[in-house]
Amino acid sequence: MSIVVENLIKQYGPQKAVDDISFSVNTGEIVGFLGPNGAGKTTTMKIITCFMAPTSGNVLVNGQSVLADKEKIKKKIGYLPENNPLYYDMPVMEYLEFAGALQGISRDKLQDKIADMIHTCGLNEEKHKNIGELSKGYRQRVGLAQALIHDPEILILDEPTSGLDPNQITEIRKLIKQIGKEKTVILSTHILPEVEATCDRILIINNGKIVADGTPDTLRKQSQGNEVLKVQISDAGNRDEIISALQTLDALRMVDPVTGSVDTFILESIPGSNSRRAVFNLCVQKKWALTEMTPVETKLEDIFRELTTD
Amino acid sequence: MNKIWIIAVRELRTFFDSLTAYVLIIAFLGLSGFFTWLFGSDIFLIGQATLQPFFSVAYWTLFFFTPALTMRMLAEENKTGTIELLLTKAVTDWQVILGKFLACLMLISIALALTLPYYLSVWSLGPIDHGSVWCGYLGLILMSTAYISIGLFTSSITNNQIVAFLLSLFIGAFFLIIFNVLSSNFTGPVGEIFSYLSLSSHFDSISRGVIDSKDVIFFLSVSTFGLILAELSLSKRNIID
Repeated sequence: MSIVVENLIKQYGPQKAVDDISFSVNTGEIVGFLGPNGAGKTTTMKIITCFMAPTSGNVLVNGQSVLADKEKIKKKIGYLPENNPLYYDMPVMEYLEFAGALQGISRDKLQDKIADMIHTCGLNEEKHKNIGELSKGYRQRVGLAQALIHDPEILILDEPTSGLDPNQITEIRKLIKQIGKEKTVILSTHILPEVEATCDRILIINNGKIVADGTPDTLRKQSQGNEVLKVQISDAGNRDEIISALQTLDALRMVDPVTGSVDTFILESIPGSNSRRAVFNLCVQKKWALTEMTPVETKLEDIFRELTTD
Repeated sequence: MNKIWIIAVRELRTFFDSLTAYVLIIAFLGLSGFFTWLFGSDIFLIGQATLQPFFSVAYWTLFFFTPALTMRMLAEENKTGTIELLLTKAVTDWQVILGKFLACLMLISIALALTLPYYLSVWSLGPIDHGSVWCGYLGLILMSTAYISIGLFTSSITNNQIVAFLLSLFIGAFFLIIFNVLSSNFTGPVGEIFSYLSLSSHFDSISRGVIDSKDVIFFLSVSTFGLILAELSLSKRNIID
């Protein structure tokens, strides 16, 4: 079940919330939509779920257009909107029954499905309560359960973990990962570790445009450029001696002692080269003990900040 | 049809869970019972075996109660955002509107059905014109469909229930009183148009036992028009501008 977004534009008055976005998502992918608030993530999701029509452009879900085949598409999508709106005056079970029936689950299968969802989403103890009486975490689970009840092939989650405690976040992420094995998932978030933990692919949106698209690793490589190492060298005389020795290596561009530590250094290689072997050989030659050598990765936070600030 | 029914049943359940239904039914029965049996030009004062006093009270009570039922229908969904959840399920905008319409109509029908003991009591008191009683009930139901549609429309254009309530009372007042007043102030075709738009003349003739297709068409067209407007306002998010 693939999603193809073609030149999508959505305009609210003079402002373009989504500005000519195109991308496609293949079956079985978990795609993370990343971007600052107001970047156009939610609008894009609303268009994919047939809640809103685009100003121009099109979205094809499994070859069917959101402009024409709404009913067919809606049946295949499970959607958890932003802020998780629910009928607070309804009991959990009744609500799931309602959601399932609207998605066309036949009467005889409905009860099994509900029981299944209650089990998967861990709602057993709360199933007879009104949704309004539940804590935020449980409401989020109800939101997920209603999105999943008809076993949709596509799952669209708008900030699924907002407002949850760390344990609940881990659980929900695990659930998403597990679901994502068979389904196409698009989730939006501005929590960066979340994307790294759950997504196969990241789309970064800013001001209605896609500014980056790729796996976490490729994004990191793109923005990183030079290799950066953090090394700790013990049993060596003084610090200046080490620095001058390291500076003789051709592969290194810069040696930078870490402040507050006597024997730790940040080494940046010249573009396109690898200095690990040379540093190791140097230490062997000088009989220094190399107690730490870690490649320093650019954090997703840095990439995000770089791409989304003007 | 199935989806409409699912939505209608949920709405009806919400009415009963939230006590709205009980409050409405008790207030409706209390008010109409009071004026039918105890006070004003009640049945004993008229001295005829007729439900005419009840119909003229219900004519007013439904005018106030129907907007109270319809006001939260879409306004609350707009406000809490559940409308997004509802419309991204495999339903059409029309199914949502008709489901909500049906739920209100069912609740009003339940309230009206509970007044059937009035009918039986009057029947036991004297010779009653059965035809005119059933026509009166039909008139009340037709009138309710018009109010419900107006109420659904006003509820769909706002996310504030009070605004929805007052707006639908306002629009309802045009049909109930204002067109009637205007029609007596104008002569010729303009006066006739206002007179046709006035709800009271149509209701009066039905509740007297005369079912004229003209009157039925009037109520059904007001309802249809209200529902179409409600659907348009719900689907305006889809307008490609």
